[in-house]
Amino acid sequence: MALEKITSLSGRAVNVPGNDIDTDRIIPARFMKCVTFDGLGEFLFYDVRKNLDGTNKEHPLNDPRFNGATILLSGANFGCGSSREHAPQAIAKYGFKAVIAENFAEIFFGNSTTLGIPCVTASRDDIAKIAAAVEANPQTEVVIDLVKLEARFGGQTVKIEQRESARDALVNGRWDAIGELIDGKDAVTATAAKLPYLAA
Amino acid sequence: MAKSLFQKVWDAHTVRKLANGQTQLLIGTHLIHEVTSPQAFGMLRDLGLKVAFPHRTFATVDHIVPTDQVVEPYSDPLAQAMMDELRKNCAEFGITFFDRATGKQGIVHIVGPEQGITQPGTTIACGDSHTSTHGAFGAIAFGIGTSQVRDVLATQTMALGALKVRRIEVNGELPAGVYAKDVILHIIRMLGVNGGTGFAYEYAGSVFDGFTMEERMTVCNMSIEGGARVGYVNPDETTFAYLKGRPYAPKGAAWDSEVARWKSFASDPGATYDDVVKINAADIAPTVTWGINPGQGISITENIPSPDTATSDDDKAGIIEALAYMKLPAGAPIKGTKINVAFLGSCTNGRLSDFREVAKYIKGRKVAAGVKAIAVPGSQIVALQCEKEGLDKVLAEAGFEWRAAGCSMCLAMNPDKLIGDQLCASSSNRNFKGRQGSTTGRTILMSPVMVAAAAITGQIADAREVFAFSQN
Repeated sequence: MALEKITSLSGRAVNVPGNDIDTDRIIPARFMKCVTFDGLGEFLFYDVRKNLDGTNKEHPLNDPRFNGATILLSGANFGCGSSREHAPQAIAKYGFKAVIAENFAEIFFGNSTTLGIPCVTASRDDIAKIAAAVEANPQTEVVIDLVKLEARFGGQTVKIEQRESARDALVNGRWDAIGELIDGKDAVTATAAKLPYLAA
Repeated sequence: MAKSLFQKVWDAHTVRKLANGQTQLLIGTHLIHEVTSPQAFGMLRDLGLKVAFPHRTFATVDHIVPTDQVVEPYSDPLAQAMMDELRKNCAEFGITFFDRATGKQGIVHIVGPEQGITQPGTTIACGDSHTSTHGAFGAIAFGIGTSQVRDVLATQTMALGALKVRRIEVNGELPAGVYAKDVILHIIRMLGVNGGTGFAYEYAGSVFDGFTMEERMTVCNMSIEGGARVGYVNPDETTFAYLKGRPYAPKGAAWDSEVARWKSFASDPGATYDDVVKINAADIAPTVTWGINPGQGISITENIPSPDTATSDDDKAGIIEALAYMKLPAGAPIKGTKINVAFLGSCTNGRLSDFREVAKYIKGRKVAAGVKAIAVPGSQIVALQCEKEGLDKVLAEAGFEWRAAGCSMCLAMNPDKLIGDQLCASSSNRNFKGRQGSTTGRTILMSPVMVAAAAITGQIADAREVFAFSQN
């Protein structure tokens, strides 16, 4: 199962500001009544994007200037709350390829990495610089470079960071661990044999 | 070298190092439910894989089950489809399913302990962030996403980086009317909703030593609300006494050898920690949230924060956003805020002791006019125990609707939802925007006894006054 080596990616960006944006906000629980992830994209940020009658609220994702953006910018503790993979799935199905935020909640970060969605961190000031460039010119191409650990946009460069295990997995095309986990079968059997509670 | 429980359990379950530096960790116990597992089974089929350790996987249904309709088909066809899918997957892959017909169905974090499946020194994973609950037994329990559910189904392992460990000691005596729920709300308020990112929380100190298993579960349950993926209490005689005789607990000679093994996992005296936090129990008061995350809490006697008294620009923006959503006046007392709904239940506070404690104080009293009050036992077994003790009748006579087991209004994936901007006094774990099923619904988190006090008075109230608790 060869996976893409995600060394860098680029696209237009949209800023969804705020701290502690939780997974209930990213994908409200009622949209999890499904047995596949396929249709989740349209419900991304649904309750902050839509009125009860389905019309649009004011929200960056409803701003036509940012249609087609593939990089999501946000604040601190992005993705806190529930472990629902529906959250990064909805982000991906909507069309996003990466998230730049001040920092991420643990489970969300892992879930995203496993789907090949880089979650990279940058300082608040630097995220503000990207957001300002995008606001001034929504066509600004933002490049996330996981090898040099920098983001480039409109002639500027800022530092980004990513946990080394995730960066390694993305740039080397091993972000979905299933193949490697299966390969460890004999070692699993040996470890399990030492733990009485695992006996069949 | 002296080690913490986390390190010992991690080491015992380490299969090998992976190429990216993470650990392939053996997951001894896998718990699944209807919401986060169907896609994982789908992925398994796509890859042509089987379940590696079907006898170590246990299923129940909790999130979508109606609590006022126990006969299938459910009125919501989507809920029925998820139920059918889980039933089919368990049958096909040979997984034990605590379906309603077994009498053992309930919220996954209540069922595991109740059945004695949750044991010390084990690793547990479940596609649900409140899996940290099981840490109450000295297990290392992870909430995981669906791709990891697939990984655990297929290999009984997952890829993880080790966590740092923060020891949180609560010493002294909790004042009267202060419960385990207040302890964890206090901790989250103090350390922040992301204060625990990258950490496992080890809860210790005389308060935890004296806690029952159910109280320990309430605290461990909400570790994730403080950003900590894992929370645990070292196993002790309280733990072993709880487990003894439960269906999946070791029996006969195996009991003694397992207890000895379990004890060996407890943190060594002199273990080193990445951080230590000490809290004086006497400083903890009945705590309620006022905002839109579980860290936005105050004691019942405090006033709602005001943007004017914010400690930073972030804090100020957070207060403004929260107060606008909650429609609460800055600077006013939280006490006296009118409520519309009272919810007792959830994996945080839907256990026998929670209903016993509420019944003790609510007996002979009535829910205020205009307040909708529901009591939802966390499992069929909890429901049965409550009914045997007549707690259901006490609650019903007071005006609470006594429902069937499930997650219910904690996340409102079933028909139990707030309507419009109703304000709910809730014993659950999250007060996020829209969490309880209405996009403008409002949640105030608190202990079950505080929910009872709010239900009776129709407003956020100090249970110590309403129920005339004796003060220490």
